[in-house]
Amino acid sequence: MALSWLLLILLALAVIGFFAGRSRALASAAGEARDLHSLPSYYGYNVALTALVPALGVLIIWLLVQPMIVNSTVSGLIPDQAIPEGSDRGLVMSEVRRVAYGLDGAVASGAMAEAQARDGNADIETLTKTLKESGQVLTQDITQPILVAAQKYRSMTSTGKVAMQVVVLAIALFGAAFAYGRTHMDFRARNVVEQGVLALLLLAASIAILTTVGIVLSMLFETMNFFQLHSWKDFFLGTTWAPNFRGGSELSILPLLWGTLYISLIALLVAVPIGLFAAIYLSEYASGAARSIAKPLLEILAGIPTIVYGLFALLTVGPALVSLFGDGGALGVGWMASSNAVLTAGLVMGIMLIPFVSSLSDDIINAVPQSMRDGSLGLGATHSETVRNVILPAALPGIVGAILLAASRAIGETMIVVMAAGAIAKFSGNPFEAMTTITTRIVSQLTGDTDFASPETLVAFALGLTLFVITLGLNILALYIVRKYREQYE
Amino acid sequence: MTDMSQSPASAPAAKPKGGSLFQQDARTKRRNAAESRFKIYGIAAISVGLLMLIVLVTNIVTAGTGAFQQTYVELDVDLLESKLDKKGNRNIDEIKKVSTFGYAPLISAALESEVEKLGIQTDLKPKEMGKILSKAAQAELRNYVIANPNKIGETVSFRFLTNSRVDGYLKGRVSRESIVNDKSISAEQLDLVDQLRDAGVLYKAFNPDFIFGADASDQRPEAAGIGVSMLGSLFMMFVVLALALPIGVAASIYLEEFAPQNRLTDIIEVNISNLAAVPSIVFGILGLAVFINYMHLPTSAPLVGGLVLTLMTLPTIIISTRASLKAVPPSIRDAALGVGASKMQAVFHHVLPLAAPGILTGTIIGLAQALGETAPLLLIGMVGFIASNPPDGIVAGFLSPNSAMPAQIYEWSKRADPAFYERAWGGIIILLIFLVTMNTIAVILRRRFERRW
Repeated sequence: MALSWLLLILLALAVIGFFAGRSRALASAAGEARDLHSLPSYYGYNVALTALVPALGVLIIWLLVQPMIVNSTVSGLIPDQAIPEGSDRGLVMSEVRRVAYGLDGAVASGAMAEAQARDGNADIETLTKTLKESGQVLTQDITQPILVAAQKYRSMTSTGKVAMQVVVLAIALFGAAFAYGRTHMDFRARNVVEQGVLALLLLAASIAILTTVGIVLSMLFETMNFFQLHSWKDFFLGTTWAPNFRGGSELSILPLLWGTLYISLIALLVAVPIGLFAAIYLSEYASGAARSIAKPLLEILAGIPTIVYGLFALLTVGPALVSLFGDGGALGVGWMASSNAVLTAGLVMGIMLIPFVSSLSDDIINAVPQSMRDGSLGLGATHSETVRNVILPAALPGIVGAILLAASRAIGETMIVVMAAGAIAKFSGNPFEAMTTITTRIVSQLTGDTDFASPETLVAFALGLTLFVITLGLNILALYIVRKYREQYE
Repeated sequence: MTDMSQSPASAPAAKPKGGSLFQQDARTKRRNAAESRFKIYGIAAISVGLLMLIVLVTNIVTAGTGAFQQTYVELDVDLLESKLDKKGNRNIDEIKKVSTFGYAPLISAALESEVEKLGIQTDLKPKEMGKILSKAAQAELRNYVIANPNKIGETVSFRFLTNSRVDGYLKGRVSRESIVNDKSISAEQLDLVDQLRDAGVLYKAFNPDFIFGADASDQRPEAAGIGVSMLGSLFMMFVVLALALPIGVAASIYLEEFAPQNRLTDIIEVNISNLAAVPSIVFGILGLAVFINYMHLPTSAPLVGGLVLTLMTLPTIIISTRASLKAVPPSIRDAALGVGASKMQAVFHHVLPLAAPGILTGTIIGLAQALGETAPLLLIGMVGFIASNPPDGIVAGFLSPNSAMPAQIYEWSKRADPAFYERAWGGIIILLIFLVTMNTIAVILRRRFERRW
């Protein structure tokens, strides 16, 4: 029985429960709805929710926990000798799973009888042949321990599945029966239902916490695995990034961090002056009509997907810069060898960040009280003197917050740097050279065939965690500064 | 007292400054110049920003419109029975045994007879002539024959795609100078192309396959389309809508209407505002570690992409939903409570319907953001994958590997043949059309239904 059928049965049960509960409540009040404590439909909802919610909860938890238990039991079955040199338990386990899926597929397509798939003494050669003939994917030769483990995996998974269906249906039926039994004209159905709905609302709100916990834990575990394989000193303090999938890689974050910060710096050098002056002009000088046209147009830049900026950098800005600064270029300087460069990525990222800086600064400048402007203008200051000497100092904390938010955005930006920054990790101050960033390396280490036992793959999680911590820190700092500033005028 | 007696003494020394108000002194001039300079900086900054927008948009349009047109050749092909069905019994299994290579001579022959009919002089051998056509032409012909075996032996008129170089030549991307070292086309072939074009057999036309078709391998940029990855994006958006909207609305209702002032609420609020600022690639890492590595959901599946994008869009939807719930005046709640509604009833029967347009607007904007997002999709394997077949069925649409529009664009941008760049820009035009439409709907909804209290 597939999962979708189980869900449909649960749903049907809930619908039946709704009508049954409703009519039972009405019957207990002899059809007189006014004698009921709550509206009749609440009795129905009560039965439906009691049937559905605990069963669904158990179902979800079961689906999450079962693979964990099965994996740990099955991996205990694999003797150490069965793990080939240079491999590890995780790799063997994925092979076991592949064999188990292969057996499943073969049984489902009718190429193999269920008894044959379960036969622990099966001849491995004929088994492999049958599997291959029925079109299953096998990457290695099946060995005896792998076959045993795969069969155990299958039997545990299928037993678990049956048990799950039984338990979930039992809980749903029990819940429905319990709530149905309690249904009576004096039963406070509305209060119970509302309590239940409130709990569901709280659950939905808690998904934000779950996501954060998921992010941190998923990266933390793999990062810890990484530090067992690779020294943390080299990661944080080393100076070379040279991954080598044959082992002996030097994986240090510093050159990547330098590339990230350098590109972000160029982006901010573009975005901050343009964004800030645009915000000042829009909020202090522009007429209402000009503002209502220019502001949304600038904000379009923020709504354009980053893949567009990436392509723009790769195919337009990069070649244009090369034709200016490259060999035989218009300026005749020959500084730039390829269109992948820090400058390319930085400039385009700067364009992307203009609206971030300008909208946030615009809001903050508008929040400066009018009385301060009037006071300054009344003393004879020109408009620009007012802006420079009164408004900007007053808005400074907010503007700094906006710049920090833009910086965090720049550090975490992926597509532009993946497409336009290059792949060479080095310390260099030359903006015409290609450099690489943290996000670029995460993408390149985690795409393609990933092997979760090698430090070259796991390093991506350590990089991701570092990136998460840096951007989180910048955001918290920015919010703190902005909040501090708000207190001054309210 | 001393002040008074001294002031007349110092007064004569001070000559009245500047004189007339109508004549600016040097300092005022300087200050006014600074004022206008400052203003010019502001105008310059805005102009630079708008200029960038204009450059970007014109660049997209000029580079991308080419993808919607493709060069075709019209040919009458003799579907020779001697080649396709030697036994003449129209057995479909035997017809299928003729591989795409078996169809190449038919096409070459058709081209040759067309050239002869038009009286074009060329030194090229038929096989060389056939190379101006796309490799996809043979497959197209084969599919046609397999679908219509009764047409074997007849002459059927076809419109074949040309090679991407020929297409580039007509669009001005490829020139006679640029093909000197190019093995896939020669100057003689371009001469032939020129003559065929003058004869009206070879022409550019609107290419619906780019919008609705499937991706093609590295060798056939002329046949690549974005249709299948568009379906992938569509299925992902279904997942995002089905999960993010209910969860987001429920979370916002809790936080805005019911949450007590306590530690838990604070933690939730901080978490939501932080998640809104987490780089999207981190969500990709989460998806890879949790959905694929731990739960063993299928790699490259739109379901996984949708789950990751849901987590990413949730903060956006929650923030906008909370804003629109907050905009409903408290008097509505008070009135509902006053006539005996419970708090839950007041919220679900009165506040929520009034906030619905705002919630919808926020959801559409969140979906638009999710539609254009690429970075997380790279990590869950929606790139590096040729989306060559549309999914068969709805379940397969969610679970079988597919690409998504931005991932497809990224994939094209990485390929070696510059003909794919035109496709990438064209893909961006389609993506932007979707985004503009969604945002326009959101703005219209806001204008139409937003109530000011």
